[in-house]
Amino acid sequence: MRLKFEKRPEASTAMLYLTPVAAVLITMALGGVVFSLIGFDGFGAVREIFISPLVNAYKWQDLAVKAAPLVIIAVGLSIGYRANVWNIGAEGQYIVGALAGTGVALLTHQMSGFWILPAMMLAGVLGGMAWASIPAFLRTRLQVNEILTTLMLTYVAVYILNYLVFGPWKSPTSFGQPQTVLFSPSQSLPYLIAGTVVRWNALIAVVVVLVAWFVMTRSVFGFQIRVVGSAPQAARHGGFSADRTVWLALLAGGGLAGFAGILEAAGPFGHLIPQFPTNYGFTAIIVAFLGRLHPVGILIAGLVLALTFVGGEMAQTTIALPFPAVGVFQAMMLFLLLAGDFFVRYRLVRVKPKSETAPAAETSTEAA
Amino acid sequence: MSVDLIIPIIMTLIPAATPILLAAQGELVAEKSGVLNLGIEGMMLTGAVITAAVMLITGNVWLAILCAALAASTAALIFGFLTLSLSANQVATGLALTILGTGFSALFGQPFTGKAVPLFKSPFPAELAADPFWRLFFGYSPLVYFSLAMVVLIWWFLQRTRPGLILRAVGESDISAHSIGYSVIGVRYLAVAFGGAMAGIAGACYPLMLTPQWVERLTSGRGWIALALVVFAAWRPFRLLAGAYFFGLVMTLEVYAKASGGGFRILPSEAWAALPYLATILVLVLISMRRSGSTSAPACLGKPFIPAT
Repeated sequence: MRLKFEKRPEASTAMLYLTPVAAVLITMALGGVVFSLIGFDGFGAVREIFISPLVNAYKWQDLAVKAAPLVIIAVGLSIGYRANVWNIGAEGQYIVGALAGTGVALLTHQMSGFWILPAMMLAGVLGGMAWASIPAFLRTRLQVNEILTTLMLTYVAVYILNYLVFGPWKSPTSFGQPQTVLFSPSQSLPYLIAGTVVRWNALIAVVVVLVAWFVMTRSVFGFQIRVVGSAPQAARHGGFSADRTVWLALLAGGGLAGFAGILEAAGPFGHLIPQFPTNYGFTAIIVAFLGRLHPVGILIAGLVLALTFVGGEMAQTTIALPFPAVGVFQAMMLFLLLAGDFFVRYRLVRVKPKSETAPAAETSTEAA
Repeated sequence: MSVDLIIPIIMTLIPAATPILLAAQGELVAEKSGVLNLGIEGMMLTGAVITAAVMLITGNVWLAILCAALAASTAALIFGFLTLSLSANQVATGLALTILGTGFSALFGQPFTGKAVPLFKSPFPAELAADPFWRLFFGYSPLVYFSLAMVVLIWWFLQRTRPGLILRAVGESDISAHSIGYSVIGVRYLAVAFGGAMAGIAGACYPLMLTPQWVERLTSGRGWIALALVVFAAWRPFRLLAGAYFFGLVMTLEVYAKASGGGFRILPSEAWAALPYLATILVLVLISMRRSGSTSAPACLGKPFIPAT
């Protein structure tokens, strides 16, 4: 009996949703083995990173705190990825969103009122959109690849942040520390549940997921994005403008990343510091893929990635596992997921014995 | 501008450009075979951390460079397995490779962080390198001469040899190359592995001649600039050299801006630091404005090859 891979007539929906789960489970098994081989407590690491935050109820709030920005950014990215627009600079859009929102906060620092926080959020969204509109303009007008421009602008955003917090925006009362003034109460994101660390952004993330789900499945915009991504020819015949799709995809991605940025600045951070960029924009790429570019999938994937962050922090203290190990686990997950895509398109079939003895001209036994 | 200023600028520019040049050379060969590997940054970080580790443990520079090339090449082969054998999306897999390289290097590099690595100095007699003029030719690390030799070698390989022709054929028309009996996947594996080895050596440049130590995220996006450089050079080895030295000059301005102040104070130091990234965008814009219609990219770039069964 021989086995070979055969292309499925249609991509398997079951596999599409099973492979992310398998990717996480295999990461746990393989990660345990690999980390043990290189001299760490491999299975201890897996236990601390993937299990401990789940069984310790007091860690659940931390999961919500970490998942919220990841989910909000990843939902935006997934819209672009569905349309084959590769925005990998969400980290930069996240930073510029936070900068724009903080700009409003600094202007309104002596004021109070319910309108200040919404104004900051609006500025955050617009800031992220503005930063993403540069690659959108360059791609649609000059055919400049957005992968490189979005990423290059991330580095530029980091330097703008540094310039502002070390220079013009430095708080006069910070004793020379590079940081802005602390946001006032009317500029800070309130707690969702009193006595916890969970703020409104956790709920906002869920709302973003629901809105995106509705928009992607029920609106012309969602249809356009899906058609342009999966059947560009048909999209052209259908009259969907490729340029407009690029703009929409980048503005959605940039806007949501900027939104996440100001929510993070007005929430957990409470001011801007040079350490503000924490790679959420890059990790959200993994979240988008692991969630299969589907809003609900992204919500779950965001929690899984948040788990690795929270668990990684725990493992640092409990078993002295260096924090960068988390990045290796996350990358492993993405690799296994991408490898799993093969099984969405192919299936393992048994080759009939006769094809081994009598070489038929029509069938090739070569595995694809 | 006086000679006193020009010589040190060139002496800073050329080493600064070398890792970008090496990484871009590897990527050029991979892209010529039709594979777009966005994992350069990850492979460079892998090469850099392995170099620092081997140097600090054994002190043998050749062993360090060899290990860096092998490690980055292995990482490239993981990418190759996914994209070539499992026909996974090359953009996503390349990103995954960068994320893996960043995580791995940060983890593996922890015990070596901040420790001084001995410099890989000029192989020529010290008297030659002492004279300010002759230093301009003989004062560099062997890695610089290696990168220059590779410009010619890669050009010669691609344009003048049969394997080079096959590699280009695979990148321009995979179906034709397959139908006349060449192994498309095999050629692409080799090209990807070579690209990885070159990115590894590019990473080795940081601890051996530029920084000279390991710190987390040492390459700070230079791998992505190398990627842009291949586009800028229109997939031509000699233009790669010109482009790399242009970026070397831009990065040198940053170094001078930090050190000297003076005339550089018209802009804050952060603006100078952001300059290489802005220059990359500007260069991409200029190329696409000049190039109307047809592009010089290999026709099969980024597309998976799935032989008909």
